Amino acid sequence: MTANPVATPTIVLVGHGMVGQRFLEALAERGLTATHRVVVLCEEPRPAYDRVQLTSYFSGRTPEELSLTDREFIADHGIELHVGDPAVAVDREARRVTARSGLVVGYDTLVLATGSYPFVPPVPNKDAEGCFVYRTIEDLLAIEAYAKSRATTGAVVGGGLLGLEAAGALKGLGLTSHIVEFAPRLMPVQVDDGGGAALLRTIEDMGLSVHTGVGTQEIVVGEDGAVTGMRLSDGSELATDLVVFSAGVRPRDQLARDCGLAVGERGGVSVDERCRTVTDPRVFAIGECALAADGRVYGLVAPGYEQAETAAATLAEDEASFTGADLSTKLKLLGVDVASFGDAHGTAEDCLDVVYSDSRAGLYKKLVIGRDGTLLGGILVGDAEAYGTLRALTGSVPPVSPESLVLPAGAGAGAQLGPSALPDDAVVCSCHNVSKGTIRGAVTEHRCTTVPEVKKCTKAGTGCGSCVKVLGQLVTTELEASGVEVDKGLCGCFAQTREELYEIVRALRIASYRELLDRYGREDARGGEGCETCKPAVASVIASLAPAIGASGYVLDGEQAALQDTNDHFLANLQKNGSYSVVPRIPGGEIAPEKLIVIGEIARDFGLYTKITGGQRIDMFGARVEQLPLIWARLVDAGFESGHAYGKSLRTVKSCVGSTWCRYGVQDSVRMAIDLELRYRGLRSPHKLKSAVSGCARECAEAQSKDFGVIATSSGWNLYVGGNGGATPRHADLLAQDLSDAELVRLIDRFLMFYIRTADRLERTSTWLERIPGGLDHVRDVVVHDSLGICDELERLMAAHVAHYRDEWADTINDPEKLARFVSFVNAPDTPDPVVAFVPERDQIKPDLPLLSLGIRPADTVLEGSAQR
Amino acid sequence: MTLAPETTDLKVQLRLADSWYTVCDLHRLEPGRGVAALLPDGRQVALFRDRADRLYGIDNRDPFVGAAVLSRGLTGTHQGRTFVASPLLKQRFDLETGQCLDDESVRVATYGVRAR
Ligand code: SRM
Ligand SMILES: Cc1cc2nc3c(=O)[nH]c(=O)nc-3n(C[C@H](O)[C@H](O)[C@H](O)COP(=O)(O)OP(=O)(O)OC[C@H]3O[C@@H](n4cnc5c(N)ncnc54)[C@H](O)[C@@H]3O)c2cc1C
Ligand code: SF4
Ligand code: FES
Repeated sequence: MTANPVATPTIVLVGHGMVGQRFLEALAERGLTATHRVVVLCEEPRPAYDRVQLTSYFSGRTPEELSLTDREFIADHGIELHVGDPAVAVDREARRVTARSGLVVGYDTLVLATGSYPFVPPVPNKDAEGCFVYRTIEDLLAIEAYAKSRATTGAVVGGGLLGLEAAGALKGLGLTSHIVEFAPRLMPVQVDDGGGAALLRTIEDMGLSVHTGVGTQEIVVGEDGAVTGMRLSDGSELATDLVVFSAGVRPRDQLARDCGLAVGERGGVSVDERCRTVTDPRVFAIGECALAADGRVYGLVAPGYEQAETAAATLAEDEASFTGADLSTKLKLLGVDVASFGDAHGTAEDCLDVVYSDSRAGLYKKLVIGRDGTLLGGILVGDAEAYGTLRALTGSVPPVSPESLVLPAGAGAGAQLGPSALPDDAVVCSCHNVSKGTIRGAVTEHRCTTVPEVKKCTKAGTGCGSCVKVLGQLVTTELEASGVEVDKGLCGCFAQTREELYEIVRALRIASYRELLDRYGREDARGGEGCETCKPAVASVIASLAPAIGASGYVLDGEQAALQDTNDHFLANLQKNGSYSVVPRIPGGEIAPEKLIVIGEIARDFGLYTKITGGQRIDMFGARVEQLPLIWARLVDAGFESGHAYGKSLRTVKSCVGSTWCRYGVQDSVRMAIDLELRYRGLRSPHKLKSAVSGCARECAEAQSKDFGVIATSSGWNLYVGGNGGATPRHADLLAQDLSDAELVRLIDRFLMFYIRTADRLERTSTWLERIPGGLDHVRDVVVHDSLGICDELERLMAAHVAHYRDEWADTINDPEKLARFVSFVNAPDTPDPVVAFVPERDQIKPDLPLLSLGIRPADTVLEGSAQR
Repeated sequence: MTLAPETTDLKVQLRLADSWYTVCDLHRLEPGRGVAALLPDGRQVALFRDRADRLYGIDNRDPFVGAAVLSRGLTGTHQGRTFVASPLLKQRFDLETGQCLDDESVRVATYGVRAR
């Protein structure tokens, strides 16, 4: 075969990895794909994908979702992409590249983006069956298949960034996992000894075994030639069925060497500041295969992207250069917060460290500060919250003292440095090199008003994702600053916050939503209908203050009924097909057999789907609206009451079995859980409230994940507050220790009422505690030390709630007027909604979803049995 | 339409192709809350009454999820127009035009309503 005649100038790209793809995008953006023929030789069986997020394959991301490119991009720009066909030779004289398939392409410009290969130490049997590397999707598929079919234990050679990711992945595959690291600490490149110690603790707590300071001497194989273990340098042998080598990477520069291009002493194709090889002006090298002008080979994606931009700019005859980049990293391993940025090891002359270390809590934070106060770099282990901001501040003098930046919130200082303190040229997203100024511009000039819009507009946040938090803060600040009113008001009807409305309702004893809207609403909302946001919020405020302001505590009385969200309105939870679920209260999760039988009978008689909930009670699904009163009549009769699964109010107080039965229990956790659940049931609050009581420090009830959690001690109870499961889990903070029963209840009374008074709408205690100025310390001052002098009042409010509590369902089924609401159709109360239908599944029912998409049944079947026309 | 205050035994009627169909007593409609009505041909209508006693009728089916539940949503005012927010995924629908305020491409049917 011969080279194609070169009509238009041809760019040949060897390697379609992350940097290669970025280079193609840069060519397209600069219009070069229109003026050039672009040919890509891609070795892997698939086009470029997100290698940085490779490990997310094990948490369910498919190879397709990892892809960085699509057919349209390639087609629209006329790019000739040859998948699965690597370059095997370059003839620089004749300017042509030969691919494995025999394809020969002539070039005017050749760009090498061949990346790296994983380094495998030359130990005996390193290629045995069961040995893997961790670089490509194919590697992961192979590891997964092997782990599932024939391994129970896995070991990773190398305790660096990738090694830890790989070890986490092996653990996720269900293997007992080991990490073997030659250096005396984990992540030796990024963290120092102190950070390594904190990291070690966290990793071990995750159930991974770590062996530091030992090398791998030999892979031990069984008779079938497959791995059975590893011999280590201390003479010991580690039994394992699978080995992943993650001992660093080396630039893939063989192709370059073979055609006579200069490479560095330790590998990497030597290039200048414009990413041109020093040997041949027609050849460029970018990404991990390049030895940059500053003498470094970069193993991170962000510098590679910059090189891709530089090479494309050079080809377009634009000004650009790559002279070096930042080596910041944040570990993506689930559950481990580790980040390092800038000059993390303090190599600059005369620099100083500021260190906060708490090895008990697995916390370690170090900042490296120059003589003049400039932040040079740092290491964060255990809490990398501030990473985004600190990384961007690197190179400038932070506006607050360095000490206050490392101290944890609540430990004295804890200055919360927001991204507003950043200078405009601070790089917020280092994956895509996006500065704060660019992000601001996206808001002010390109009129982006949400984070997803800004991501799309600037690419920021679309790489490793570690900057997204700061991005969100910036967008809000910017919107506020540019006058795009980021209204603090509750909604379009009220300019006040929920807290302010609470104070108005309380002080002026306003028990009517209409009155509140007409007097205190925004000008143009007065006299209107209000909206779906403020109606339930105000209804909740009125309900939680009901006894104090002389309103009815019953949420379906008078005007209040019209304000409730649909769930509260029907005292049940709406499901996707228009049916409801029913959850009776089972305080503390304790239930007598007789009552269990009643639930079973009711569910059977009404044909309901039953499920044990995550809250230690039983949910019955599939009740039609007109069945709710019938079901509840039987439940109330058997002594059940509403479980408020529908309300922003107390859900469950979970309990463990405690000292009555458990050999470890030190207090009666079941009794306490029941007492608390009965005390706070029905309490309307800004968001739902959950609680749990554990009988000893083993914590079987998971109290530390609750809004208020109680753990027994030998001398009383410890109270934890602000815990949360859900999407953003938060461990609760210890509020007070060794409380008596009475002290515990009094403190919870105060805590809950203070929360109800000051929280925003739909703000759980966890986010509230994080948001309010002073945080936990302030709350403790208020509710323990009575610093605001309001504790008496808080207690009085709670006492009034407890005294006035009534079961909503008992009240409802005894009131014919309220019952009139529970009909399918106002004109045909006995005709069930024909769209609510079910099909069988696993011996129970589930909604007939296909019917939902049709939306309607033929008329003749519908009106059958209709009592009224 | 607007009503004289405190008129009692009025009936709510829906306009069908060529007639008015009587649904229920007016007092069954609480301001700010809806009810569902079943038409002879099987269609379902969500009926509402606002603070100013204006009446509205729209198709009861939530076009996003498919369930017939719009009558169970909360009403509100947006730029002077009355809407209902679906109780499922909270999309809002203009009660007069049926236009979804959160998705231009979606609109539900509306019905003429009167009380007499
Ligand atoms: C039924 C149940 C799942 C189950 O089958 O086990 C459930 C079901 C729902 N949960 Fe849940 N959650 C259930 C336990 C939990 C738990 C576990 C627990 O309570 O121990 C959690 C995590 C703990 C926590 O809340 O901190 C949980 C975190 C959530 C969240 C996220 C809250 C957060 O702060 O991030 C929501 C969404 C929300 O409330 O905004 C939610 C919302 C919902 C809703 C209300 C969603 C909806 O609007 O339809 C579901 C309706 C239930 C229904 O129709 O009856 N559910 N939900 C559980 C009922 C427990 C009970 O007896 O009351
Ligand atoms: C598990 C994992 C996690 C990572 N996490 C991070 C992180 O959090 N942050 C970060 O910055 N970086 C991370 N990295 C590193 C990042 O993926 C690389 O820096 C980036 O992929 C480099 O891009 P590249 O295009 O230079 O190389 P690659 O993406 O490796 O692409 C090179 C491509 O060239 C192909 N190729 C090689 N030789 C030839 C040939 N002769 N002909 C044709 N094709 C050839 C290869 O098959 C490969 O597809 C991680 C890497 C891994 C493996
Ligand atoms: S928390 Fe303690 S007392 Fe309760 S069940 Fe667990 S071990 Fe037993
Ligand atoms: S820093 Fe990685 S996506 Fe922004």
